[in-house]
Amino acid sequence: MSLDTNQVLAIADLSRLQIDEKSITEFQTNLSNILDLVDQLQAVDTTGVEPMAHPMDAVQRLRADVVTEDNKREKFQKIAPSTADGHYLVPKVVE
Amino acid sequence: MHNKTLAQISQDLQAGEYSSVEVTKHFLDRINTLDGQYNSFITVTEEQALTQAKAADELRAAGNANEWTGVPMAHKDIFCTEGVRTSCASKMLDKFIAPYDSTVADNFNQVGAVSLGKTNMDEFAMGSSSESSFYGAVKNPWNEEHVPGGSSGGSAAAVAARLAPGITATDTGGSIRQPASFCGVTGIKPTYGRVSRFGMISYASSLDQGGPIARTAEDAAMMLNVMAGFDKKDSTSIERDVPDYRADLNKSVKGMTIGLPKEYFSDDLDPAMAQTIQAAIKEYEKMGANLKEISLPNTNLCVPAYYVIAPSECSANLSRMDGVRFGHRCEDPKDIEDLFKRSRSEGFGDEVQRRIMVGSYALSAGFYDAYYKKAQQVRRLIKNDFVAAFNDVDVIMSPVAPSPAFKFGEKSKDPVSMYLEDIYTLSTNLAGLPGMSIPAGMINDLPVGLQLIGNYFDESRLLNCAHQFQNATDWHTKTPTGLK
Repeated sequence: MSLDTNQVLAIADLSRLQIDEKSITEFQTNLSNILDLVDQLQAVDTTGVEPMAHPMDAVQRLRADVVTEDNKREKFQKIAPSTADGHYLVPKVVE
Repeated sequence: MHNKTLAQISQDLQAGEYSSVEVTKHFLDRINTLDGQYNSFITVTEEQALTQAKAADELRAAGNANEWTGVPMAHKDIFCTEGVRTSCASKMLDKFIAPYDSTVADNFNQVGAVSLGKTNMDEFAMGSSSESSFYGAVKNPWNEEHVPGGSSGGSAAAVAARLAPGITATDTGGSIRQPASFCGVTGIKPTYGRVSRFGMISYASSLDQGGPIARTAEDAAMMLNVMAGFDKKDSTSIERDVPDYRADLNKSVKGMTIGLPKEYFSDDLDPAMAQTIQAAIKEYEKMGANLKEISLPNTNLCVPAYYVIAPSECSANLSRMDGVRFGHRCEDPKDIEDLFKRSRSEGFGDEVQRRIMVGSYALSAGFYDAYYKKAQQVRRLIKNDFVAAFNDVDVIMSPVAPSPAFKFGEKSKDPVSMYLEDIYTLSTNLAGLPGMSIPAGMINDLPVGLQLIGNYFDESRLLNCAHQFQNATDWHTKTPTGLK
Protein backbone atom coordinates (compact mmCIF):
# COMPACT_ATOMS: atom_id res chain seq x y z
CA MET A 1 0.00 0.00 0.00
CA SER A 2 1.58 3.22 -1.13
CA LEU A 3 0.35 6.60 0.05
CA ASP A 4 0.76 9.68 -2.12
CA THR A 5 1.77 13.11 -0.86
CA ASN A 6 -1.81 14.36 -0.70
CA GLN A 7 -2.89 11.38 1.39
CA VAL A 8 -0.03 11.99 3.82
CA LEU A 9 -1.06 15.64 4.13
CA ALA A 10 -4.71 14.65 4.63
CA ILE A 11 -3.74 12.19 7.41
CA ALA A 12 -1.54 14.85 9.03
CA ASP A 13 -4.51 17.23 8.94
CA LEU A 14 -6.80 14.63 10.56
CA SER A 15 -4.09 14.15 13.20
CA ARG A 16 -3.79 17.92 13.76
CA LEU A 17 -0.11 17.76 12.90
CA GLN A 18 1.86 20.09 10.68
CA ILE A 19 4.35 18.22 8.53
CA ASP A 20 7.10 20.35 7.07
CA GLU A 21 7.95 20.05 3.35
CA LYS A 22 11.24 18.25 3.82
CA SER A 23 9.86 15.41 5.96
CA ILE A 24 6.86 14.56 3.73
CA THR A 25 8.78 11.96 1.71
CA GLU A 26 10.11 10.28 4.83
CA PHE A 27 6.65 10.09 6.42
CA GLN A 28 5.28 8.84 3.09
CA THR A 29 7.79 5.97 2.97
CA ASN A 30 7.48 5.04 6.63
CA LEU A 31 3.69 5.20 6.76
CA SER A 32 3.41 3.16 3.56
CA ASN A 33 5.73 0.49 5.01
CA ILE A 34 3.71 0.35 8.23
CA LEU A 35 0.46 0.00 6.28
CA ASP A 36 2.05 -2.81 4.22
CA LEU A 37 2.91 -4.55 7.46
CA VAL A 38 -0.59 -4.30 8.90
CA ASP A 39 -2.26 -5.24 5.62
CA GLN A 40 -1.37 -8.87 6.40
CA LEU A 41 -4.53 -8.81 8.52
CA GLN A 42 -6.73 -8.54 5.44
CA ALA A 43 -5.93 -12.15 4.47
CA VAL A 44 -7.37 -13.56 7.72
CA ASP A 45 -10.89 -14.97 7.76
CA THR A 46 -12.57 -13.41 10.78
CA THR A 47 -16.18 -14.20 9.87
CA GLY A 48 -18.25 -14.44 13.05
CA VAL A 49 -15.36 -13.52 15.37
CA GLU A 50 -16.42 -11.08 18.08
CA PRO A 51 -14.02 -8.09 18.26
CA MET A 52 -12.08 -8.06 21.56
CA ALA A 53 -11.81 -4.75 23.41
CA HIS A 54 -10.88 -6.00 26.90
CA PRO A 55 -9.03 -9.27 27.60
CA MET A 56 -11.59 -10.22 30.27
CA ASP A 57 -14.45 -8.84 28.17
CA ALA A 58 -15.18 -6.49 31.07
CA VAL A 59 -17.70 -3.72 30.58
CA GLN A 60 -17.69 -0.19 31.99
CA ARG A 61 -18.65 -0.12 35.65
CA LEU A 62 -21.35 2.26 36.70
CA ARG A 63 -21.32 4.33 39.87
CA ALA A 64 -23.79 6.52 41.70
CA ASP A 65 -24.11 9.97 40.10
CA VAL A 66 -22.62 11.89 43.01
CA VAL A 67 -19.68 14.29 43.32
CA THR A 68 -16.50 12.41 44.23
CA GLU A 69 -13.85 15.06 43.57
CA ASP A 70 -13.24 18.51 44.97
CA ASN A 71 -12.99 21.44 42.61
CA LYS A 72 -9.30 21.70 41.68
CA ARG A 73 -9.63 24.32 38.98
CA GLU A 74 -6.87 26.56 40.31
CA LYS A 75 -4.48 23.69 40.66
CA PHE A 76 -5.15 22.49 37.13
CA GLN A 77 -5.05 25.94 35.59
CA LYS A 78 -1.69 26.67 37.15
CA ILE A 79 -0.10 24.33 34.62
CA ALA A 80 -1.99 25.68 31.60
CA PRO A 81 -0.13 27.73 28.98
CA SER A 82 -2.58 30.66 29.17
CA THR A 83 -5.56 31.41 31.44
CA ALA A 84 -7.58 34.37 32.65
CA ASP A 85 -10.45 34.62 35.17
CA GLY A 86 -10.68 30.84 35.42
CA HIS A 87 -10.83 30.32 31.65
CA TYR A 88 -8.36 28.71 29.24
CA LEU A 89 -7.28 31.20 26.59
CA VAL A 90 -7.04 30.30 22.90
CA PRO A 91 -6.99 32.38 19.69
CA LYS A 92 -10.40 33.79 18.77
CA VAL A 93 -12.66 31.03 17.42
CA VAL A 94 -15.99 32.85 16.89
CA GLU A 95 -16.11 36.32 15.34
CA MET B 1 24.95 -1.01 49.99
CA HIS B 2 23.87 -0.62 46.35
CA ASN B 3 24.55 -4.28 45.62
CA LYS B 4 21.86 -5.31 48.07
CA THR B 5 18.42 -6.30 46.85
CA LEU B 6 15.23 -4.49 47.86
CA ALA B 7 14.42 -7.33 50.26
CA GLN B 8 17.86 -7.07 51.89
CA ILE B 9 17.64 -3.28 52.23
CA SER B 10 14.20 -3.69 53.78
CA GLN B 11 15.58 -6.19 56.30
CA ASP B 12 18.63 -4.03 57.08
CA LEU B 13 16.41 -1.02 57.74
CA GLN B 14 14.21 -3.10 60.02
CA ALA B 15 17.28 -4.41 61.85
CA GLY B 16 18.68 -0.90 62.22
CA GLU B 17 21.86 -1.68 60.23
CA TYR B 18 21.61 1.77 58.67
CA SER B 19 18.99 4.51 58.39
CA SER B 20 16.79 5.40 55.44
CA VAL B 21 18.60 8.74 55.17
CA GLU B 22 21.92 6.88 54.86
CA VAL B 23 20.76 4.46 52.17
CA THR B 24 18.88 7.21 50.30
CA LYS B 25 21.97 9.46 50.30
CA HIS B 26 24.05 6.54 49.09
CA PHE B 27 21.83 5.98 46.04
CA LEU B 28 21.50 9.72 45.34
CA ASP B 29 25.31 10.05 45.40
CA ARG B 30 25.58 7.12 43.02
CA ILE B 31 23.06 8.65 40.62
CA ASN B 32 24.89 11.99 40.74
CA THR B 33 28.27 10.36 40.12
CA LEU B 34 27.38 7.71 37.56
CA ASP B 35 24.22 8.65 35.71
CA GLY B 36 25.98 11.16 33.46
CA GLN B 37 27.18 8.01 31.72
CA TYR B 38 23.84 6.22 31.38
CA ASN B 39 21.24 9.01 31.28
CA SER B 40 18.77 6.68 32.95
CA PHE B 41 17.08 9.41 35.04
CA ILE B 42 15.20 12.42 33.68
CA THR B 43 14.57 13.99 37.08
CA VAL B 44 16.27 13.27 40.40
CA THR B 45 14.13 14.40 43.34
CA GLU B 46 16.93 14.74 45.86
CA GLU B 47 15.24 17.11 48.28
CA GLN B 48 11.93 15.23 48.35
CA ALA B 49 13.72 11.90 48.72
CA LEU B 50 15.65 13.13 51.77
CA THR B 51 12.48 14.56 53.32
CA GLN B 52 10.71 11.22 52.80
CA ALA B 53 13.73 9.34 54.20
CA LYS B 54 13.86 11.52 57.30
CA ALA B 55 10.13 11.03 57.89
CA ALA B 56 10.61 7.27 57.44
CA ASP B 57 13.39 7.19 60.03
CA GLU B 58 11.18 9.10 62.48
CA LEU B 59 8.33 6.67 61.86
CA ARG B 60 10.68 3.77 62.55
CA ALA B 61 12.01 5.38 65.73
CA ALA B 62 8.39 5.73 66.89
CA GLY B 63 7.82 2.02 66.25
CA ASN B 64 5.41 2.54 63.36
CA ALA B 65 7.42 1.13 60.47
CA ASN B 66 6.53 -1.57 57.97
CA GLU B 67 8.79 -3.46 55.55
CA TRP B 68 8.62 -0.63 53.00
CA THR B 69 9.28 2.27 55.37
CA GLY B 70 12.26 4.19 54.02
CA VAL B 71 13.10 1.78 51.20
CA PRO B 72 14.43 3.71 48.16
CA MET B 73 12.99 3.14 44.68
CA ALA B 74 12.07 5.24 41.63
CA HIS B 75 9.33 5.67 39.03
CA LYS B 76 9.29 5.54 35.26
CA ASP B 77 8.55 9.08 34.11
CA ILE B 78 5.13 7.99 32.82
CA PHE B 79 3.57 7.82 36.31
CA CYS B 80 2.18 11.15 37.51
CA THR B 81 3.86 12.29 40.73
CA GLU B 82 2.28 15.32 42.38
CA GLY B 83 4.52 18.38 42.35
CA VAL B 84 7.19 16.65 40.28
CA ARG B 85 7.72 16.98 36.53
CA THR B 86 6.15 14.05 34.67
CA SER B 87 7.46 14.34 31.13
CA CYS B 88 6.89 10.96 29.46
CA ALA B 89 10.29 11.83 27.87
CA SER B 90 8.54 14.30 25.57
CA LYS B 91 9.13 17.96 24.80
CA MET B 92 5.33 18.17 24.95
CA LEU B 93 5.40 17.59 28.72
CA ASP B 94 8.84 19.03 29.48
CA LYS B 95 7.29 21.60 31.81
CA PHE B 96 4.37 19.49 33.04
CA ILE B 97 4.33 19.35 36.83
CA ALA B 98 1.77 16.69 37.65
CA PRO B 99 -1.09 18.15 39.73
CA TYR B 100 -1.93 14.76 41.25
CA ASP B 101 -0.43 11.33 42.03
CA SER B 102 -0.98 8.22 39.95
CA THR B 103 -2.44 5.37 42.01
CA VAL B 104 0.86 3.50 41.68
CA ALA B 105 2.89 6.45 43.01
CA ASP B 106 0.33 6.98 45.75
CA ASN B 107 0.55 3.31 46.77
CA PHE B 108 4.31 3.60 47.25
CA ASN B 109 3.86 6.85 49.20
CA GLN B 110 1.26 5.19 51.42
CA VAL B 111 3.64 2.39 52.45
CA GLY B 112 6.42 4.92 53.14
CA ALA B 113 8.82 4.13 50.27
CA VAL B 114 11.32 6.82 49.21
CA SER B 115 11.22 7.94 45.57
CA LEU B 116 14.64 8.89 44.17
CA GLY B 117 13.25 10.33 40.95
CA LYS B 118 11.85 9.62 37.50
CA THR B 119 13.47 7.41 34.90
CA ASN B 120 14.06 7.93 31.19
CA MET B 121 12.16 6.08 28.46
CA ASP B 122 11.08 6.19 24.83
CA GLU B 123 8.86 9.20 24.21
CA PHE B 124 5.30 8.35 25.36
CA ALA B 125 6.50 4.72 25.73
CA MET B 126 6.58 4.26 21.96
CA GLY B 127 9.74 2.41 21.13
CA SER B 128 11.98 -0.55 21.85
CA SER B 129 15.33 1.16 22.39
CA SER B 130 14.88 4.28 24.58
CA GLU B 131 16.51 6.28 21.78
CA SER B 132 13.48 8.48 21.15
CA SER B 133 13.56 10.37 24.48
CA PHE B 134 13.55 14.17 24.28
CA TYR B 135 16.23 14.02 27.00
CA GLY B 136 18.60 11.87 24.94
CA ALA B 137 19.12 8.13 24.63
CA VAL B 138 19.72 5.82 27.60
CA LYS B 139 22.95 3.76 27.52
CA ASN B 140 23.10 0.08 28.35
CA PRO B 141 25.35 -0.35 31.44
CA TRP B 142 26.66 -3.64 29.99
CA ASN B 143 27.99 -1.91 26.89
CA GLU B 144 27.43 1.76 26.26
CA GLU B 145 27.42 1.31 22.48
CA HIS B 146 24.24 -0.73 22.87
CA VAL B 147 20.67 0.30 23.63
CA PRO B 148 19.08 -0.68 26.96
CA GLY B 149 15.85 -1.69 25.20
CA GLY B 150 12.59 0.16 25.56
CA SER B 151 10.39 1.73 26.33
CA SER B 152 11.31 1.30 30.04
CA GLY B 153 15.05 1.53 29.21
CA GLY B 154 15.81 4.01 31.99
CA SER B 155 14.19 1.81 34.65
CA ALA B 156 16.07 -1.30 33.45
CA ALA B 157 19.43 0.47 32.98
CA ALA B 158 19.21 2.17 36.40
CA VAL B 159 18.48 -1.14 38.16
CA ALA B 160 21.33 -2.82 36.24
CA ALA B 161 23.73 0.02 37.17
CA ARG B 162 22.65 -0.30 40.82
CA LEU B 163 21.30 3.27 40.90
CA ALA B 164 18.08 2.05 42.54
CA PRO B 165 17.11 -1.40 43.78
CA GLY B 166 13.68 -1.42 42.11
CA ILE B 167 11.84 0.89 39.71
CA THR B 168 8.30 0.99 38.32
CA ALA B 169 7.79 0.52 34.60
CA THR B 170 5.05 -0.04 32.03
CA ASP B 171 4.55 -2.55 29.24
CA THR B 172 2.29 -2.06 26.20
CA GLY B 173 4.04 -4.45 23.81
CA GLY B 174 7.14 -5.59 25.70
CA SER B 175 8.33 -2.38 27.36
CA ILE B 176 9.09 -4.06 30.71
CA ARG B 177 10.32 -7.44 29.46
CA GLN B 178 12.58 -6.45 26.55
CA PRO B 179 14.62 -3.82 28.49
CA ALA B 180 14.80 -6.24 31.44
CA SER B 181 16.24 -8.83 29.04
CA PHE B 182 18.71 -6.35 27.48
CA CYS B 183 19.94 -5.10 30.87
CA GLY B 184 20.07 -8.42 32.74
CA VAL B 185 17.37 -7.60 35.29
CA THR B 186 13.98 -9.04 36.30
CA GLY B 187 10.66 -7.57 35.19
CA ILE B 188 7.03 -8.62 35.24
CA LYS B 189 4.07 -7.33 33.26
CA PRO B 190 0.95 -8.35 35.18
CA THR B 191 -2.43 -9.40 33.76
CA TYR B 192 -4.26 -6.51 32.10
CA GLY B 193 -6.33 -4.76 34.78
CA ARG B 194 -4.22 -5.95 37.73
CA VAL B 195 -2.30 -2.66 38.28
CA SER B 196 -4.20 0.62 38.14
CA ARG B 197 -3.64 2.80 35.09
CA PHE B 198 -4.94 5.91 36.89
CA GLY B 199 -2.36 8.67 36.45
CA MET B 200 -0.21 6.50 34.22
CA ILE B 201 0.02 8.45 30.98
CA SER B 202 -1.93 6.47 28.38
CA TYR B 203 -0.40 5.17 25.19
CA ALA B 204 -2.70 2.28 24.14
CA SER B 205 -5.31 1.93 26.85
CA SER B 206 -6.40 -1.64 26.11
CA LEU B 207 -2.79 -2.89 26.24
CA ASP B 208 -0.95 -0.67 28.78
CA GLN B 209 -0.06 -2.28 32.09
CA GLY B 210 2.27 -1.19 34.89
CA GLY B 211 4.72 -3.50 36.62
CA PRO B 212 8.05 -3.58 38.44
CA ILE B 213 11.66 -3.94 37.30
CA ALA B 214 14.07 -5.17 39.98
CA ARG B 215 17.04 -7.49 40.33
CA THR B 216 15.26 -10.58 41.66
CA ALA B 217 11.88 -12.27 41.48
CA GLU B 218 11.53 -11.77 45.23
CA ASP B 219 11.99 -8.00 44.83
CA ALA B 220 9.57 -7.91 41.91
CA ALA B 221 7.02 -9.74 44.10
CA MET B 222 7.59 -7.25 46.91
CA MET B 223 6.93 -4.34 44.52
CA LEU B 224 3.93 -5.99 42.88
CA ASN B 225 2.38 -6.39 46.34
CA VAL B 226 2.32 -2.59 46.52
CA MET B 227 1.31 -1.95 42.91
CA ALA B 228 -1.48 -4.48 42.31
CA GLY B 229 -5.10 -4.03 43.28
CA PHE B 230 -8.52 -2.86 42.22
CA ASP B 231 -8.88 0.88 41.70
CA LYS B 232 -12.25 2.45 41.17
CA LYS B 233 -10.54 5.37 39.42
CA ASP B 234 -9.44 3.05 36.57
CA SER B 235 -12.48 1.88 34.62
CA THR B 236 -10.62 -1.18 33.25
CA SER B 237 -9.26 -2.27 36.64
CA ILE B 238 -10.31 -5.78 37.70
CA GLU B 239 -12.12 -6.29 40.99
CA ARG B 240 -10.32 -9.29 42.38
CA ASP B 241 -8.35 -10.05 45.54
CA VAL B 242 -4.59 -9.61 45.44
CA PRO B 243 -2.59 -12.54 46.85
CA ASP B 244 0.72 -12.05 48.70
CA TYR B 245 3.01 -12.50 45.71
CA ARG B 246 5.82 -13.75 47.94
CA ALA B 247 3.75 -16.57 49.43
CA ASP B 248 4.43 -19.09 46.65
CA LEU B 249 8.05 -18.20 45.85
CA ASN B 250 9.48 -21.29 47.51
CA LYS B 251 7.08 -23.84 46.01
CA SER B 252 8.69 -26.60 43.99
CA VAL B 253 8.24 -26.57 40.22
CA LYS B 254 8.32 -30.36 40.20
CA GLY B 255 5.58 -31.78 38.02
CA MET B 256 4.79 -28.42 36.44
CA THR B 257 4.20 -28.48 32.67
CA ILE B 258 6.04 -25.91 30.57
CA GLY B 259 4.70 -25.17 27.10
CA LEU B 260 7.15 -24.33 24.34
CA PRO B 261 5.38 -22.66 21.40
CA LYS B 262 6.85 -24.09 18.21
CA GLU B 263 6.25 -20.78 16.41
CA TYR B 264 8.64 -19.05 18.88
CA PHE B 265 11.38 -21.63 18.30
CA SER B 266 11.25 -21.70 14.51
CA ASP B 267 14.28 -21.93 12.23
CA ASP B 268 14.32 -18.14 12.05
CA LEU B 269 15.46 -17.94 15.66
CA ASP B 270 19.13 -17.02 15.97
CA PRO B 271 21.09 -20.20 16.89
CA ALA B 272 22.92 -18.57 19.82
CA MET B 273 19.60 -17.35 21.22
CA ALA B 274 17.99 -20.76 20.71
CA GLN B 275 20.88 -22.44 22.55
CA THR B 276 20.78 -20.00 25.49
CA ILE B 277 17.02 -20.34 25.93
CA GLN B 278 17.16 -24.14 25.61
CA ALA B 279 19.86 -24.26 28.29
CA ALA B 280 17.68 -22.19 30.62
CA ILE B 281 14.71 -24.45 30.02
CA LYS B 282 16.96 -27.46 30.79
CA GLU B 283 17.33 -26.03 34.30
CA TYR B 284 13.59 -26.39 34.78
CA GLU B 285 13.76 -29.96 33.52
CA LYS B 286 16.45 -30.64 36.13
CA MET B 287 14.09 -29.24 38.76
CA GLY B 288 11.44 -31.75 37.71
CA ALA B 289 9.27 -29.76 35.30
CA ASN B 290 7.86 -31.41 32.18
CA LEU B 291 8.18 -29.90 28.72
CA LYS B 292 5.50 -29.93 26.07
CA GLU B 293 5.51 -28.52 22.57
CA ILE B 294 2.49 -26.32 21.93
CA SER B 295 1.24 -24.28 19.00
CA LEU B 296 0.07 -20.66 18.91
CA PRO B 297 -0.96 -20.67 15.24
CA ASN B 298 -1.78 -16.95 14.97
CA THR B 299 1.64 -15.77 16.20
CA ASN B 300 2.50 -14.18 12.83
CA LEU B 301 -0.51 -11.87 13.20
CA CYS B 302 0.62 -10.30 16.49
CA VAL B 303 2.80 -7.60 14.95
CA PRO B 304 0.22 -6.44 12.37
CA ALA B 305 -2.67 -6.55 14.89
CA TYR B 306 -0.61 -4.62 17.45
CA TYR B 307 0.41 -1.93 14.94
CA VAL B 308 -3.24 -1.21 14.20
CA ILE B 309 -4.57 -1.31 17.77
CA ALA B 310 -1.74 0.54 19.52
CA PRO B 311 -1.50 3.47 17.04
CA SER B 312 -5.31 3.77 16.89
CA GLU B 313 -5.60 4.05 20.66
CA CYS B 314 -2.56 6.34 20.80
CA SER B 315 -4.06 8.73 18.24
CA ALA B 316 -7.16 9.04 20.44
CA ASN B 317 -5.25 9.28 23.74
CA LEU B 318 -2.74 11.85 22.55
CA SER B 319 -5.42 14.13 21.13
CA ARG B 320 -5.61 15.62 24.64
CA MET B 321 -2.20 17.20 24.06
CA ASP B 322 -3.42 20.24 22.17
CA GLY B 323 -1.56 23.16 23.70
CA VAL B 324 -4.67 24.40 25.52
CA ARG B 325 -4.88 22.97 29.04
CA PHE B 326 -1.33 21.75 29.67
CA GLY B 327 1.85 20.88 27.84
CA HIS B 328 3.75 22.62 25.08
CA ARG B 329 2.17 25.56 23.28
CA CYS B 330 3.62 27.14 20.11
CA GLU B 331 4.52 30.84 19.97
CA ASP B 332 1.96 33.31 18.54
CA PRO B 333 -0.67 30.97 17.10
CA LYS B 334 -2.58 32.74 14.32
CA ASP B 335 -5.77 30.72 14.85
CA ILE B 336 -7.01 27.68 16.75
CA GLU B 337 -5.97 25.19 14.02
CA ASP B 338 -2.49 26.69 13.98
CA LEU B 339 -2.36 26.43 17.78
CA PHE B 340 -3.23 22.71 17.69
CA LYS B 341 -1.03 21.79 14.75
CA ARG B 342 2.13 23.67 15.59
CA SER B 343 1.96 22.87 19.32
CA ARG B 344 1.66 19.17 18.51
CA SER B 345 4.26 19.06 15.75
CA GLU B 346 6.76 20.97 17.87
CA GLY B 347 5.97 18.93 20.97
CA PHE B 348 5.96 15.38 19.58
CA GLY B 349 8.95 13.50 18.15
CA ASP B 350 8.89 11.63 14.82
CA GLU B 351 7.87 8.19 16.07
CA VAL B 352 4.99 9.59 18.11
CA GLN B 353 3.80 11.57 15.07
CA ARG B 354 4.05 8.47 12.88
CA ARG B 355 1.94 6.39 15.26
CA ILE B 356 -0.65 9.14 15.64
CA MET B 357 -0.94 9.32 11.85
CA VAL B 358 -1.22 5.54 11.40
CA GLY B 359 -3.93 5.55 14.05
CA SER B 360 -5.82 8.50 12.55
CA TYR B 361 -5.76 6.73 9.19
CA ALA B 362 -6.93 3.39 10.63
CA LEU B 363 -9.80 5.07 12.47
CA SER B 364 -10.81 7.43 9.68
CA ALA B 365 -14.18 7.22 7.93
CA GLY B 366 -14.47 4.12 5.76
CA PHE B 367 -11.41 2.34 7.19
CA TYR B 368 -12.60 1.41 10.68
CA ASP B 369 -13.90 -2.06 9.75
CA ALA B 370 -10.87 -2.91 7.64
CA TYR B 371 -8.35 -1.94 10.31
CA TYR B 372 -9.43 -1.47 13.93
CA LYS B 373 -12.34 -3.91 13.95
CA LYS B 374 -10.35 -6.47 11.96
CA ALA B 375 -7.40 -6.15 14.36
CA GLN B 376 -9.70 -6.61 17.36
CA GLN B 377 -11.13 -9.77 15.78
CA VAL B 378 -7.61 -11.09 15.16
CA ARG B 379 -6.82 -10.18 18.75
CA ARG B 380 -9.49 -12.60 19.90
CA LEU B 381 -8.00 -15.34 17.72
CA ILE B 382 -4.63 -14.69 19.38
CA LYS B 383 -6.23 -14.86 22.82
CA ASN B 384 -8.03 -18.11 21.92
CA ASP B 385 -4.67 -19.70 20.98
CA PHE B 386 -3.42 -19.02 24.51
CA VAL B 387 -6.64 -20.14 26.19
CA ALA B 388 -6.37 -23.46 24.35
CA ALA B 389 -2.66 -23.81 25.20
CA PHE B 390 -3.26 -23.22 28.92
CA ASN B 391 -5.61 -26.22 28.98
CA ASP B 392 -2.48 -28.38 28.67
CA VAL B 393 0.34 -26.40 30.29
CA ASP B 394 0.96 -24.33 33.44
CA VAL B 395 3.39 -21.81 32.04
CA ILE B 396 4.79 -20.94 28.60
CA MET B 397 8.47 -20.17 28.02
CA SER B 398 10.25 -18.50 25.10
CA PRO B 399 12.88 -15.92 24.22
CA VAL B 400 12.00 -12.31 25.13
CA ALA B 401 13.53 -10.78 22.01
CA PRO B 402 15.16 -12.12 18.82
CA SER B 403 18.62 -10.90 19.92
CA PRO B 404 20.53 -9.36 22.81
CA ALA B 405 20.78 -5.53 22.96
CA PHE B 406 21.45 -4.05 19.52
CA LYS B 407 23.61 -1.00 18.78
CA PHE B 408 22.46 2.62 18.70
CA GLY B 409 21.04 3.65 15.34
CA GLU B 410 20.80 0.06 14.12
CA LYS B 411 17.00 0.02 13.98
CA SER B 412 15.92 3.59 14.65
CA LYS B 413 16.02 4.54 10.95
CA ASP B 414 13.54 1.86 9.96
CA PRO B 415 10.37 1.77 12.09
CA VAL B 416 9.25 -1.64 10.79
CA SER B 417 12.53 -3.34 11.80
CA MET B 418 12.09 -1.80 15.27
CA TYR B 419 8.50 -3.13 15.41
CA LEU B 420 9.68 -6.68 14.67
CA GLU B 421 11.88 -6.44 17.77
CA ASP B 422 8.73 -7.07 19.85
CA ILE B 423 7.70 -10.22 18.01
CA TYR B 424 7.75 -12.48 21.12
CA THR B 425 6.32 -10.01 23.62
CA LEU B 426 3.33 -8.41 21.85
CA SER B 427 1.16 -11.52 22.11
CA THR B 428 0.78 -11.34 25.90
CA ASN B 429 -0.37 -7.70 25.73
CA LEU B 430 -2.87 -8.54 23.00
CA ALA B 431 -4.18 -11.49 25.02
CA GLY B 432 -3.93 -9.55 28.32
CA LEU B 433 -1.80 -12.25 29.97
CA PRO B 434 1.01 -11.77 32.49
CA GLY B 435 4.57 -12.08 31.18
CA MET B 436 7.97 -11.93 32.76
CA SER B 437 11.64 -11.65 31.81
CA ILE B 438 14.42 -13.13 33.94
CA PRO B 439 18.18 -13.11 33.30
CA ALA B 440 18.97 -16.49 31.72
CA GLY B 441 22.33 -16.31 29.97
CA MET B 442 24.80 -14.19 28.02
CA ILE B 443 25.51 -13.80 24.30
CA ASN B 444 28.61 -11.78 23.28
CA ASP B 445 28.93 -10.45 26.83
CA LEU B 446 25.38 -9.10 26.76
CA PRO B 447 22.59 -10.45 28.96
CA VAL B 448 19.64 -12.39 27.56
CA GLY B 449 16.28 -12.92 29.22
CA LEU B 450 13.97 -15.91 29.34
CA GLN B 451 10.29 -15.04 28.90
CA LEU B 452 7.71 -16.71 31.15
CA ILE B 453 4.05 -16.32 30.16
CA GLY B 454 1.32 -17.26 32.62
CA ASN B 455 -2.42 -17.77 32.58
CA TYR B 456 -4.68 -14.87 33.63
CA PHE B 457 -3.91 -13.68 37.19
CA ASP B 458 -1.21 -16.34 37.57
CA GLU B 459 1.51 -13.82 38.51
CA SER B 460 2.29 -15.85 41.64
CA ARG B 461 3.21 -18.86 39.54
CA LEU B 462 5.46 -16.79 37.25
CA LEU B 463 7.23 -15.29 40.26
CA ASN B 464 7.53 -18.76 41.78
CA CYS B 465 9.09 -20.15 38.56
CA ALA B 466 11.43 -17.15 38.37
CA HIS B 467 12.49 -17.47 42.00
CA GLN B 468 13.21 -21.18 41.66
CA PHE B 469 15.36 -20.46 38.59
CA GLN B 470 17.22 -17.76 40.51
CA ASN B 471 17.84 -20.20 43.37
CA ALA B 472 19.42 -22.63 40.89
CA THR B 473 21.40 -20.16 38.71
CA ASP B 474 23.40 -16.96 39.19
CA TRP B 475 22.62 -15.03 36.00
CA HIS B 476 20.59 -12.47 37.99
CA THR B 477 23.60 -11.70 40.21
CA LYS B 478 25.91 -10.78 37.31
CA THR B 479 27.06 -7.17 37.29
CA PRO B 480 27.94 -5.10 34.22
CA THR B 481 31.72 -5.18 33.64
CA GLY B 482 33.59 -2.36 35.32
CA LEU B 483 30.66 -1.46 37.56
CA LYS B 484 31.54 -1.19 41.23
